[in-house]
Amino acid sequence: MNMPAAGDDEVWLDDDAGPLIRPYTVSAGRTRPTVDLDLLSLMIATAKTPKGMDPEHHKALGLCRTPTSVAEVSAHMRLPVAVTKVLLADLVDCEAMATRAPRSTSGATDRVLLEKLLDGLQRF
Amino acid sequence: MAYNDSEVFPTQVKILIAGGFGVGKTTFVGAASEIEPLNTEELITAASIGVDSLSGIEEKTTTTVALDFGRITIEQHGIVLYLFGTPGQERFWFMWDELSAGALGAIVLADTRRLDACFEAVDFFESRGIHFLVAVNEFDGSFHYDPEEVRAALELHPRVPIVLCDARDGASTTAALRSLIQHLLTAVPSPS
Repeated sequence: MNMPAAGDDEVWLDDDAGPLIRPYTVSAGRTRPTVDLDLLSLMIATAKTPKGMDPEHHKALGLCRTPTSVAEVSAHMRLPVAVTKVLLADLVDCEAMATRAPRSTSGATDRVLLEKLLDGLQRF
Repeated sequence: MAYNDSEVFPTQVKILIAGGFGVGKTTFVGAASEIEPLNTEELITAASIGVDSLSGIEEKTTTTVALDFGRITIEQHGIVLYLFGTPGQERFWFMWDELSAGALGAIVLADTRRLDACFEAVDFFESRGIHFLVAVNEFDGSFHYDPEEVRAALELHPRVPIVLCDARDGASTTAALRSLIQHLLTAVPSPS
């Protein structure tokens, strides 16, 4: 029996069971990232490309050529946020990726920020 | 390696779009967002409810919640606004704490056919002191209530704005977002 060859981007799905590869396989079972990351932490690839990376690491680097949030990387990689954070933390550890945490305050009391937002939203 | 250059990293803010299940949160996020709404999964670990606390054993369960989100880039000011649709199912209410951390504010979408579906969201934001407004999603054929009738039904504080919107329409959803920002500005002391 010949199985069709799967392309790199192909995700094997079973209608009932979901992805055939359990998400935590790609994070080697780890659930805690070594760097504290939030849904809105911004990630950017540095020029470094360490050896011995998994395909998922390469894919994550490719998604972060410009500053990209953890939430977006997770959505594009079709991996749960927790798994994505582990992969991204690996890349920060080996300096292939830099991160900036979102602001520590919400900005809800920052008049200048709110006025800029309002101005920006007027133009839509 | 640390990047602290605001030229490289824009300021990111988030607004939550809440409301009951099926009220149109994903539609709202999609209409306002410049990108197709993205979907991801967050894994949540929570102590299961109903475990006998005297046993001293806290059983943990892990569950997955789907998150829908979109974004609006305000390039001239270097701001990226994220819109997160909150999970509507009641059993995911504990997820909201993490989502609401650092949020600017929230829009509670209401469907006049079943206003009770947004009670929970209203209670949540009131109890956390998160500023919000109620946007009445005007579905085709839904009964039109006066905003003050909605206020009375939801027992909303007089300062909570109520706006009408069409969650399918980009201009209408953006107008609701502007109303929220204006509401937030009224709570910030003016510069002396």
